[in-house]
Amino acid sequence: MTTPDPYAAGGAVAPDAVPHNPATHPSPEADPAGPPPAPVEDDSARWRAAVHRVFAGGWAVSVGAVLLAVLAGSVMIAFTDEGVQEASSYFFARPLDTLGAVGSAVGSAYAALFRGAVWNFRADDLAGAIRPLTSSLNFATPLIAAGLGVAVAFRAGLFNIGGQGQMLAAAAGAGWVGFAADLPVGLHLLLAMVAGIAAGAVWAGIAGVLKAFTGAHEVIVTIMLNYIAFYGISYLLATPGLLQAPGSANPKTPAMQDTAILPRLLGERFTLHAGFLVALLAVVLVWWLLNRSTLGFGFRAVGENPAAARVAGIDVRRTTVVAMLVAGALVGIAGTTQVLGTVTTGFSYDIDAGIGFDAITVALLGRSTPWGVLGAAILFGGFKAGGSTMQAAENIPIEIVLVVQSLIVLFIAAPPLVRAVLRLPQPQARPRRRATTREAAA
Amino acid sequence: MTTLAPTPSSSPAPQEGATAVVARHVAVVSRKAVVASGVLTLLLALLVALAPHAGLARFRFSSETDLFRIPSVAVPGQTVAWVCVVLAVLVTAGMALLVRAGRRVPVVLSALLAVLLVVGFLAWAGAGSDRDFPVVRLVGGSVLLAVPIVFGALGGVLGERAGVVNIAIEAQLLAGAFTAAVVGSLTDSPWAGLLAAVLAGALVALVLGLFTITYKVDQVIVGVVLNVLVIGLTSFLYSQVLVPSADRLNSTTRFPPVAVPLLSEVPVLGPALFRQSVVVYLMYLAVPAVWFALYRTRWGLRLRAVGEHPKAADTVGIKVQRTRYVAVLVAGGIVGLGGAFYTVVSVSSFGKEMTAGAGFIALAAVIFGKWDPVRAALAALLFGAASNLEGALSIVGAPVPSQFMLMLPYVVTVLAVAGLVGRSRGPAASGQPYVKE
Repeated sequence: MTTPDPYAAGGAVAPDAVPHNPATHPSPEADPAGPPPAPVEDDSARWRAAVHRVFAGGWAVSVGAVLLAVLAGSVMIAFTDEGVQEASSYFFARPLDTLGAVGSAVGSAYAALFRGAVWNFRADDLAGAIRPLTSSLNFATPLIAAGLGVAVAFRAGLFNIGGQGQMLAAAAGAGWVGFAADLPVGLHLLLAMVAGIAAGAVWAGIAGVLKAFTGAHEVIVTIMLNYIAFYGISYLLATPGLLQAPGSANPKTPAMQDTAILPRLLGERFTLHAGFLVALLAVVLVWWLLNRSTLGFGFRAVGENPAAARVAGIDVRRTTVVAMLVAGALVGIAGTTQVLGTVTTGFSYDIDAGIGFDAITVALLGRSTPWGVLGAAILFGGFKAGGSTMQAAENIPIEIVLVVQSLIVLFIAAPPLVRAVLRLPQPQARPRRRATTREAAA
Repeated sequence: MTTLAPTPSSSPAPQEGATAVVARHVAVVSRKAVVASGVLTLLLALLVALAPHAGLARFRFSSETDLFRIPSVAVPGQTVAWVCVVLAVLVTAGMALLVRAGRRVPVVLSALLAVLLVVGFLAWAGAGSDRDFPVVRLVGGSVLLAVPIVFGALGGVLGERAGVVNIAIEAQLLAGAFTAAVVGSLTDSPWAGLLAAVLAGALVALVLGLFTITYKVDQVIVGVVLNVLVIGLTSFLYSQVLVPSADRLNSTTRFPPVAVPLLSEVPVLGPALFRQSVVVYLMYLAVPAVWFALYRTRWGLRLRAVGEHPKAADTVGIKVQRTRYVAVLVAGGIVGLGGAFYTVVSVSSFGKEMTAGAGFIALAAVIFGKWDPVRAALAALLFGAASNLEGALSIVGAPVPSQFMLMLPYVVTVLAVAGLVGRSRGPAASGQPYVKE
């Protein structure tokens, strides 16, 4: 396994201007189109060049990717909708009925998604109308923090699959301080958060230390640490006096004390809590860390090329350990805000709710940059919030959201594919691309 | 494709890095092995000392239907555990002496240590219980649970050896399980389900190949995203299509266990290994087949060349992209076969996310096995045994909290990876798209 390179991710392949030398390429695979012709400027009309630039640009691909993904989702909704199936049984007699049924099924599904994620146009007042938006941000909070954790590790050349374990460790730490300690307002919350973040950092730090000093691959160690954390939490939750609520047989903790709960940002009517601000703060901190600090420079240097980093005088071992500590602390924020803000009535071993794995997708969609992660997490948070509304209102399984999400990431990562499907102009290397496609089909 | 490479039969299998290692480096690696062995032995000693456990531990080796019956063995658990600890200390000391002499620790010694620790642990865990350890079921269950992991690891090894990181093993397993369930139910034939699963795994692999080889997208991204995509697709179709008509679409006929004549009568191992279903026998065949294909055929040589140094391979006329496509497709088919295990061997219907992370365990097995098919399969077996331990310990009644017992295999894996495997180096070009110049 090699470390993923966030920069190479999804970028269009550079055009190869190097002409073919038949002597060094004796294979019959050699480009059937011959040497790619030098890009010829279309000098017939300037506006055509401008249009070309617009449609070959990045935003067109992003919009196209979302469009394609939504289209694929629509196909799935249409195919499994009962109304459509009914109407399609007499498709050849009255084809418009089928199309109408498709339209209404898809339309009401996406309307419900929008209503659940952004703006509830059926609500009576403003508060009801913006409630979905705040709920989306609430769902986005742990995704931002955990996504940052995965992204920082990526930048340092480490693949952190251990989000689940780190979140569980953080939840245990923050939760234990949250319900067991008796402390004044303010201090209690602060201490609980520090405990959770530290627990997440330590859990990831184990993988960092083992990677740095024994060479144990972080992918194995973080996966194993997920299981260890899961069973560890299960034990703590099943043992009275540790995490289990007194007088209960369920594997669940007591409720958090009021002094340890993150305050609600917009009053009691909205679930959005101060954890969102913490996550935003983390975005800024990570931006500063990666782009403005020596430590972050070390992370990126080690991630790009550990050998070169070592030659340049960077302590690769120390950097690896610190990178995992930082990554774990960030994922720890996700676990902490979950137990101190979102689920304050006590939690169980499923508190991570798959966020540790979602975070990987978020980090990839955000190209491992802090602001990209923020945007991707809010998008995914919206999908989560809207997906549950869609499931409740239109009886469409929430898993369709997973499909649309993953297709968006996939398409955004492959601009040439989106351009080919939507007939957008390829920016460069057109003959090259065709050659590779034909060769692949062979 | 399967012609023998013109290698002299006396030459050993090409094992990367084993030949030209400086002695000093070997000593460094070996010392870690000693430390790891010491830690593991100490763990067992602490367990036995801190939670003493009087009584007999019974091991049952055969059932009533066997041709050769071996009587059950009852041993004083605590004593046997201590004997094992003492022997393990001796083995560890032997390792330390070898290291001091500047020599490598032989694999046999590590294996011996592992056996000692496992026997000691089981003797201690089973002491005082009135139930006995069914050794046959212990071994057989481990093999059975390891099936999808082994297939997944084989696919992972093939892909990475050709230079394509396959994080989508989980997706291929799940796609295989889903398709096997649907096709197996519709046709009422597990064989059709098996074939469909192979195709489904290859289809996921085709998407992986299209994006990573043709469009040169980062392989980790595509793998992770394909996992999410297939989880979403199968779960969506499960609730929308399979649940409403479960009788027609989601109830397969399973492969019955078939006893191999003669072999199944071998004491202990026979019933455990050779009274299994067809898919398990396919696994026995797949491991040596992949090894042979990888190390003894022209195809395998080219595949490895493409994974190590695609530019050099291209220069001598190997079609890099086509080789990678073929490797990824074959690997996907193998993983899909493993996915069929869930719905035509294990249970007879598909369930949401029923692979439950086995693909990631397989990924760990690939790295644990250092990208070698046989070693990866052994690592997968280890993980299978680990997940089987839960059932075994619940039979005898575990003396310490069950969560710690369940956690133990993963702790041991971390220690083993840190101590025995060490710095694992994958194929040089794994993860890098090849851009022809």
